[in-house]
Amino acid sequence: MTEIDTVEKAATDPERPQPYAELGLKDDEYAHIREILGRRPTEAELAMYSVMWSEHCSYKSSKVHWKHWKANTTPEMQAKMLAGVGENAGVVDIGDGWAVSFKVESHNHPSYVEPYQGAATGVGGIVRDIIAMGARPLAVMDPLRFGAADHPDTKRVLPGVVAGIGGYGNCLGLPNIGGEVVFDPSYQGNPLVNAMCIGAMRTEDLHVAKASGVGNKVILFGARTGLDGIGGVSVLASETFSDDEDAASRKKLPSVQVGDPFTEKVLIECCMELFAQRLVVGIQDLGGAGLSCATSELASAGDGGMHVELDKVPLRAGGMTPAEILSSESQERMCAVVRPEDVEAFMAVCKKWDVLATEIGEVTDTGRLVITWHGETVVDVPPRTVAHEGPEYHRPIARPADQDELQADDPANLPRPSTPEELRETLLQLISSPNLASKEWVTSQYDRYVRGNTVLAQPSDGGMIRIDEETGRGVAASTDCNGRYVKLDPYVGTQLALAEAYRNVATTGATPLAVTNCLNFGSPEDPGVMWQFEQAVKGLAEGCRELGIPVTGGNVSFYNQTGSTAILPTPVVGVLGVIDDVRRRIPTGIGAEAGETLILLGETRDEFGGSEWAHVVHGHLGGRPPQVDLAREKLLAEILVAGSRDGLLSAAHDLSEGGLAQALVETVLIGQTGARIILDEDQDPFVQLFSESAGRVLVAVPRTEELRFTEMCTARGLPWRRTGVVDPESGELEIQDVATFPLEELRQAWEGTLPALFD
Amino acid sequence: MKIGVITFPGTLDDVDAARAARAVGAEAVSLWHADDDLRGVDAVVVPGGFSYGDYLRAGAIARFAPVMQSVVDAARGGMPVLGICNGFQILCEAGLLPGVMLRNVGLHFVCKDQWLRVENTETAWTTRFDTGADILIPVKNIDGRYTASAETVRELEAEGRVVFRYVDGNPNGSINDIAGICSANRRVVGLMPHPEHAIDALTGPSDDGLGVFYSVLDATRSLVTA
Repeated sequence: MTEIDTVEKAATDPERPQPYAELGLKDDEYAHIREILGRRPTEAELAMYSVMWSEHCSYKSSKVHWKHWKANTTPEMQAKMLAGVGENAGVVDIGDGWAVSFKVESHNHPSYVEPYQGAATGVGGIVRDIIAMGARPLAVMDPLRFGAADHPDTKRVLPGVVAGIGGYGNCLGLPNIGGEVVFDPSYQGNPLVNAMCIGAMRTEDLHVAKASGVGNKVILFGARTGLDGIGGVSVLASETFSDDEDAASRKKLPSVQVGDPFTEKVLIECCMELFAQRLVVGIQDLGGAGLSCATSELASAGDGGMHVELDKVPLRAGGMTPAEILSSESQERMCAVVRPEDVEAFMAVCKKWDVLATEIGEVTDTGRLVITWHGETVVDVPPRTVAHEGPEYHRPIARPADQDELQADDPANLPRPSTPEELRETLLQLISSPNLASKEWVTSQYDRYVRGNTVLAQPSDGGMIRIDEETGRGVAASTDCNGRYVKLDPYVGTQLALAEAYRNVATTGATPLAVTNCLNFGSPEDPGVMWQFEQAVKGLAEGCRELGIPVTGGNVSFYNQTGSTAILPTPVVGVLGVIDDVRRRIPTGIGAEAGETLILLGETRDEFGGSEWAHVVHGHLGGRPPQVDLAREKLLAEILVAGSRDGLLSAAHDLSEGGLAQALVETVLIGQTGARIILDEDQDPFVQLFSESAGRVLVAVPRTEELRFTEMCTARGLPWRRTGVVDPESGELEIQDVATFPLEELRQAWEGTLPALFD
Repeated sequence: MKIGVITFPGTLDDVDAARAARAVGAEAVSLWHADDDLRGVDAVVVPGGFSYGDYLRAGAIARFAPVMQSVVDAARGGMPVLGICNGFQILCEAGLLPGVMLRNVGLHFVCKDQWLRVENTETAWTTRFDTGADILIPVKNIDGRYTASAETVRELEAEGRVVFRYVDGNPNGSINDIAGICSANRRVVGLMPHPEHAIDALTGPSDDGLGVFYSVLDATRSLVTA
């Protein structure tokens, strides 16, 4: 039997060497732990501090920048938020007594190592965050980024990630309603797998993660705890178990967790029944850092103390040490705080769903988190020092020396197509390029129908689900980011990501309400990366203030780089909006009504910095990203929402990467209806077709409503231009004086690319 | 008129099946896998999902659930039973329908709007359709490739027991483009596509699926009057 390190032993051999550096703790961090405890930490304590003080759990490099959220949240913005930054997930009031919880999280590194399980458990983790707020998870979306589409390793990573998201999400019964698939060589050794989940509850059912009520019981339920996902803490295991015959096999266990979606589905239903019967005082999911995180966070948010008998935790492997149990990231586990008189009823619900549930401890008023192992104390710490009072770094920040050079490299000097033939070829080349091509190969592997409330899903600009079947109240969501824009100007680029997500939500007819984010960056130890990060956070926070919608939470993923080369800075922005009746959603495809006029809202400028055209045709990245005008975006959104409310719009599609040409192609193909386009004689056709100016939406307006709609735009000061007509009979997209494309030709170009690469 | 909807651990489309039942004016009654009581229902829907995780083989464990014993008995007595997707797999495993589902030909999960032809309008679940009608219904599965012995397929075809057939493309490689079949007495129907997801053009590709649920109202009414 292995000797277990206890608090008592820690007092007797204070100078025992400890592998803190291997666990990722710096000298001063280790010294600080000793100072907090007044002795050396036990192995179990060291394991807890090392995982909880990791970048992933403690946000130690990013925390100092969160002041920007606070500084830019006005009382009006705050008023809609029921839970914000720091909770498991943000919660907003959407009206009619409904609250909606939503959050994005990254699972980037595991998904590179093991694409299927990495992506699958990413979905599982974000879904449990939503449950932990008391909400029923209702939909997921996945913003994904991969290396070059034709790189051999992308063929390993992408199909695995997509199958993992589908395999887990489909089996959970959650519709997948949107997301992104982006390719760029900078993500080659570092794909980004972000996952967003949206859930809903009645406002009075909001739960927060806290252990209050002295004498209340702590119950661990769901899957057993195993050796998977232990990661860095295996250093402890190999030290401790150097003579153990298990040591060799133990080290071979994967550090990527393995998911079991069936267990998670049952866990969801079990939690919903526990909530409905009001059997839960506080609840926390077990994700990164497992029990270390759940116990320390519950205890620090509650009445100050908790006692856990760790030997009661049901295990799936023999001979696990307390340190391993505390840091295991086995999936599909939750931890609840339950009144003693409710324990029996709680257990009965778990039994009904065949969910394993074990009482492992209780809430105390000692102010300490005490964890025992067969009667001996292995952890005795102030819980806040583990969960919230970790290190905080002011990392050096420096604008990269080559930023000026990058911005000076203006794409205006690149050769442009000018003849009709060249423009025709350019359009076909762009729509079949991996970033602009149809993503159906990916999205057809996701169930978008389950639960029967999906009103809009990919390839629409935003996903939309019905929340209330009686009133039709629902929410729309979109996630966006163009890493090339952010690279060229992190402040403006992040505001462009916000603007696009905001616009996408408004394009569905919903009113944007709140923001979440997933900030994917390179190493925080690189001052250039930290400059990008700071600019991005400021850009987002100040942008949200201008739009009047709060940041409700988010996630930071650093160290996304291969060697010293960081990924394109990728602050993915998710916007949630509300619509009081989903029946007035605006679809993406044209042709729903006979006789529609196509109107382009917004202004088109000669803007090609970071554009898809420069990337695909010239392999060029330089110059400035498109201008961002948030006041204009706000006006545009108001017009779209008013148009939806008054039934003036039969279709709408946002213009983004690939410009008007891309929007036209998608609009006619999704609507399976031809159109005739007349460009402005006073502007270069190339600029009109391919510029990526922000703040633009293409709308289809029934003839009978055209005057009413355009008068509203004029009166409100929104530039608009009649761009063409829907032509159901033609079966082609005709761009007058440029080219005519049979829909079939467009379809083959747009839909053929991904199957050819990945089938 | 009561339509029972079974929930196994891992069932996903039970809320949808219940909504479809309500949409045609029936009362949706929830049936629990561990309970053999059919609670006085007139018809049963075995909905889609991944019952018990489907880790062994789709539907292989669900057939042993207490509720399925009652469903098998009731079906033999003429009660209309509809198996959708995983429910179809379960009915095959339970011996109420012949054949088995294999992994899709492309090996991927496939979710798409699919045209089906209604080939038999004399089953308990299809009387409201016109023979030969094309309907647009979502299909979504990974193990959807229907297969059976050559003899069984010949028999199904000869007896007119192929109820739904894929048209405009076969999404999973099913033999003879078979999307759904029925029992010899036409009371039990199983299909891979999801009619319960096509009851409203707002949330599905069409409302063509309503015909399935309206049909069973007639089937149970005729049972009562007979």
